[in-house]
Order: sequence, then C-alpha cells, then structure tokens
Amino acid sequence: MLKMPNLEIHQPDAVKHDTKVSAQDVNVYYGEKHALQNVSVNIPDRSVMAFIGPSGCGKSTFLRCINRMNDTIPIAKVTGKIIIDNQDIYDPSLDVVQLRARVGMVFQKPNPFPKSIYENVAYGPRIHGLSHSKADLDEIVNASLEKAGLWKEVKDRLNDPGTGLSGGQQQRLCIARAIAVNPEVILMDEPCSALDPIATAKIEELIDELRQNYCIIIVTHSMQQAARVSQRTAFFHLGTLVEEGNTTDIFTNPKDQRTQDYITGRFG
Amino acid sequence: MAVDTIPGSLPGPASGNARDKTNAAIQKSIRGRYAAERRFKMYGVAAILFGLAFLAVLFWSIISTGYTSFVQSSFKLDVFLDRSVIDPSGQKDPNALRSADYTLLARKALATALGADTANRRDMREVGQLLSRDVDVEIRNEVLANPSSIGKTIPVWVLASGRVDNLLKGQLDRDLPAAVRKVSDQQLAWIDKAEAAGVLQKRFNTGLFTNGASSNPETAGIGVALVGSLFMMMTVLLLAVPLGVAAAVYLEEFAPKNFWTDLIEVNINNLAAVPSIVFGLLGLAIFINFAGLPRSASIVGGLVLTLMTLPTIIIATRAAIGAVPPSIREAALGVGASKMQAISHHVVPLAMPGILTGTIIGLAKALGETAPLLMIGMVAFVVEYPTSPMSPSTALPVQIYMWATSAERGFVERTAGATLILLALLICMNLFAVILRRKYERRW
Repeated sequence: MLKMPNLEIHQPDAVKHDTKVSAQDVNVYYGEKHALQNVSVNIPDRSVMAFIGPSGCGKSTFLRCINRMNDTIPIAKVTGKIIIDNQDIYDPSLDVVQLRARVGMVFQKPNPFPKSIYENVAYGPRIHGLSHSKADLDEIVNASLEKAGLWKEVKDRLNDPGTGLSGGQQQRLCIARAIAVNPEVILMDEPCSALDPIATAKIEELIDELRQNYCIIIVTHSMQQAARVSQRTAFFHLGTLVEEGNTTDIFTNPKDQRTQDYITGRFG
Repeated sequence: MAVDTIPGSLPGPASGNARDKTNAAIQKSIRGRYAAERRFKMYGVAAILFGLAFLAVLFWSIISTGYTSFVQSSFKLDVFLDRSVIDPSGQKDPNALRSADYTLLARKALATALGADTANRRDMREVGQLLSRDVDVEIRNEVLANPSSIGKTIPVWVLASGRVDNLLKGQLDRDLPAAVRKVSDQQLAWIDKAEAAGVLQKRFNTGLFTNGASSNPETAGIGVALVGSLFMMMTVLLLAVPLGVAAAVYLEEFAPKNFWTDLIEVNINNLAAVPSIVFGLLGLAIFINFAGLPRSASIVGGLVLTLMTLPTIIIATRAAIGAVPPSIREAALGVGASKMQAISHHVVPLAMPGILTGTIIGLAKALGETAPLLMIGMVAFVVEYPTSPMSPSTALPVQIYMWATSAERGFVERTAGATLILLALLICMNLFAVILRRKYERRW
C-alpha cells in the first residue's frame, strides 16, 4: 500500500442530505470528440462536491452541463439526463434563463462586469425582476456582499468599478453576484486558480459557510483544496467518472487504482 | 561595438582550439547580423522621411496657395441711397426696390471717395471695374433689410473686384506694362490711394463660408456645399450606423457558421474594396432611374455614401464585438441573462468605442468622397441654400473639384482654401475617433 498524502480532511456532516442534482448517463460530444462518457452521479444538497482529475479529463465539461453553459458552444452535444429537484434540465420545455437563475456559476478567472461594484451585484436581481424598489435592491446587494464576505471591504466604495478590486476580492464579488439571484446550486470552475494563497484561503472559508444554504459543486486542480472544502469527491479521468464517494474515503481508501495513482502524484 | 560582449574568454567545455574557432565564427556572423539590422533600420527611417517630405510639400503647396482665400479685399463706401434711383415712385414697392440700379450708387460712392470725375464716362467705367460684379447684391440686401435708410448715406463694406484683390494679394505683377496688366495706370493710382486712406482693406472672408456657387471668384463660397455635405452625413449616420451595427451583431453573435455566412463575410470584405465610382453607378441606376429621386439631391448622395460606408462600419463593429472577452458574455449568461440581454447590456456597450471609431472613420471617408457624387449629378451650380435633403446641392469635395477647373486666380486660391477646410474637418473627425478610443479602450 502506498503512503497516502498528508491531507487534512473535513469530516462529512453527520446529517445525510437529499440528492439535489442527479446525472444519469451524461455524454458530451464536441463535434467528433467524445468528451464525456456515461457519467452518472448524485450530488447532495447543502454540501460541497469536488470534481478532481488531470487536465482535459472532462470535469469542467461536466460542470458546464449542469447550468447548460455548453449550449453556447455550437458544436457541443449533450445526451443523457441531469435532474435537479425532479426536473430534467435538458427537457425542451425548460427555460435555460430560468435554469441559470437557479444554478449560479463562478468562473476560473474573476470576471466582474466593467461596472460599479453595486451594479455587478444588482445586475442579476434587476434582469430577473427580483426587486420592486431601490430599497429592495440595496438590501439584496447588501446581503449578497455580506454573504460573500466582501461587505466590510467595499461598503464605502460601492460605486467604484468592480474591476479595480484585487483578484481575490473580484472573485468574491463574482460569488456575491451569483448569490444575488438566490440560486439553489452554485457551480465553481477552479475559482482559486488565479488567486494567491491568502485570497484562496478566504474563498475556501467562504465556500465552507455557503454550504449551509447551497449545493456547491467545485472543480479544482488542487487535491488539498478538494480535501479541505468538500464532503464528497468525484475523480474524473479521460472523460469518464472513475470513482465517487465521501472525500475521506476517496483520499484515504480509494477503490480504483487510477484514483490512487492520481492522489499519490503518479500522474496528472 | 557589441562584439565586446561575446564571451570569447569564458571557460567552456570544448578544448581551447575548437572553442576559439567557434567564437571567431560567431563573431564574424554577429558583425554581419548587426550590420543587416542597421541597414534595415536605415531603410525604414528613409522611407518615413520620404513620406514626411511629400506630406510637407503637399501641405506647403496647399497652405501657401490657399491661405489668401481667407481674406478678401473690400471697399468701405459711404453710399448715398438716392431716392430718385432706388424708389422714384416713393411707394417702397419691393419689386422696384429689388430691381433698382444699386451698381450705379456704388460706383458713384467709390468715385467720390477716389476723387474721380462722376461725369466722365470713361472714368466711371474704370471705377466700376474696381468693384465686384455682385456689388449690387450687397447694397440691395442692406436696403431691403432696412428700407427706412433710403435717402440717407450709409457706410457699407463692399467687395472689390477680383483683379483688385489679386493686386492687393500680390498675385498680379504691378511692374508689368499697362497693356497686359489688366489694371490701368489710373486704376493702379486709385487703388494705392484707397489703400493708403484705409478705404480699401483685406478683411476676413466670411463669404467663403456662407456663399453659394458664383461665377465671380470674389463672391464664391462653400456655404451650399457645407450644407449639402451636412445633409449627406446625417443621412449616412441615420442609415448606415443602425444597419451596420445590427448586421454586425447578427453576423458575430447569432448567425450560424456555415457556407452562406462565410460567403456574406467574404463579400462584405470585398464591398469595402469596391471602387467608389461603382457605388455612384449603382445609385444612379437604383435611386434616380428606378426610384425616381431627384438628381443632385443630397438624399441620393447620402444613400450612395451609406452603401459605401456600410462595409466599413460592419467590419469595424465586428472587430470591436469580437474583441470583447468571452468571459463577460459568460458572466452575463451565468447570472441568467438571455443572449439578447448579454449582448445589449454588456457586449455592445463595451464594443461602443470601437463601433464609434469605425463609424467616424467611415463618415470621414464618406465626407471626402467625390467620384460617386459626380455620377448622381451633384456637380451642379447651386446658388441657393438647400432647404431639405431633396433639394439640389453640392458637396464639399465636389465644390473643390468644380473650382479646380476654373482658370481665375481667385478660384485657384479658393480651391486650396476649401481643401484646407476639408482637411481640417477630416483631421478633427479622426482626432475625435482617436480620443474616443484612448478614453474608453480596455476597461476590463
């Protein structure tokens, strides 16, 4: 038996949560390329699920299926079912705009709009008509920035451009923007890969708080990060889901040889 | 030289002899490479200096010919508005006022000022030659504006004739024999006297900016052409910008990538390179012969220039939209914006500086365009200001073209003067585009 890397692992919650997102036989094709093969996984509510795996393994592709971001790529084709709260999100009757209001997304590189901090957070609620007055909107912006742990730092300069913040602050602003439309699921695509360790620690802390209220799915390159923030982990390799389970089990007692090789640093 | 920096004496893994050989070879080749680089830089500098020299010659020739057109010689006359000449009936009938012999009044006033004999017909004719042939218009306008001044003596600045103007600007050689000089000795004496007395002066030429076409150079101006150009620019702005931006947004954001959109794209790029005279032929065939719009009207010119400007605006807008980072689109879609919202709230506003720059460059190109306007009959002698885009007018570059074909010295300087005005307008527009781009570029 190989020596396991020394990882600090979050104990899974004592309470078992219901399944929020359920994928069944999801396949993704980019033109001729079969990017994702027969992925089936259940993702519990109010917890953090981490997708790990080497570059090009399909973990981001799968993440982008969950809010149908792949629709924006003309050659991408998705088959199979992804069910959120008993509703197939690839059902033709489902409105993709409504889906994305329920499934927020935070991207790899912080991408605030080149507008004020206030406008960044207010944009989502405004287009969805979630506020009826300026006071309502102020309240939403305030609460979202508070939840994203950014309120104290920016409350005196809400009208400054969001692009003027530091990288970590920008990423928390993007999280606040996602929270503002009151989603149920938050997808994070390597949210810390462009950040320094201190900013990363802040985001991880934030993720840990957010899981009290949201179903969070995070793609990460860092196994340490997966171990620190997630309760469940899925390991992807060459477009397939190799293994999925409690984070503790994946990191201490992987069933598949490939998982073991990856987390012990043999490849990837 | 940089040769010193070659690490010839560094201890290397190779044995001494081989090392020296290699270093020598490298040094030799490096000398050649540096020389090639210097030569290349020299070619570049030479090319730029060559271009600058031509530009300097161009500007020098235009400015040296054209600057005199901004002043015009005028006489300050105390004109006695003789009631018996203007309004013998005393009815102040507008038709009578309009057709009265104001030239006679001006001649008398000038003759008095110069001390010439008003009874001598030969003298009076020579005095008359000093005044612009359109001098009656200037006095008539004074009278019509203020009929109560009839019977009084009023001070008026009236234009001197073209040859007086030429003489004052030094364009006529006063040392020539009187027979070939166009100005008699008597006239020369009068001119000198008037100038010494301050009655004859070179004043700022407002007429150049306000007058329409005229066969007399001293009263010819670009007023009508400016209004015509303005109407055309407005037509282009109102039609080409919405059409161009809509086409570009569709092609860039919505259109499927297939054979047909590729074909459209190639053809838009080709259209931008089509000679402008072809657009003139198209406009003649469609807007005048088929749609029956009036010839010489600025609306037709505007439509033709719209067709010509569209490809420029589409290409610039597509480039600007393409330069908006995809992360902004993803961010908008990620919070649940529809595609249209992502485009209208984020992509187009961010692309706006690029779109505006392209638009202004396109407009500037259209403003300076002559050939297609010749095809649709905008080479016209238009005296009256156009009241609407449907009325006949000319355009600034066409006016320049028409003046350039006239022989009089006054038209030559006006050709250069109007060119200066056109160049100034174009430089202003391009400067505005540059400022916009500087101010708003890369806000993310």
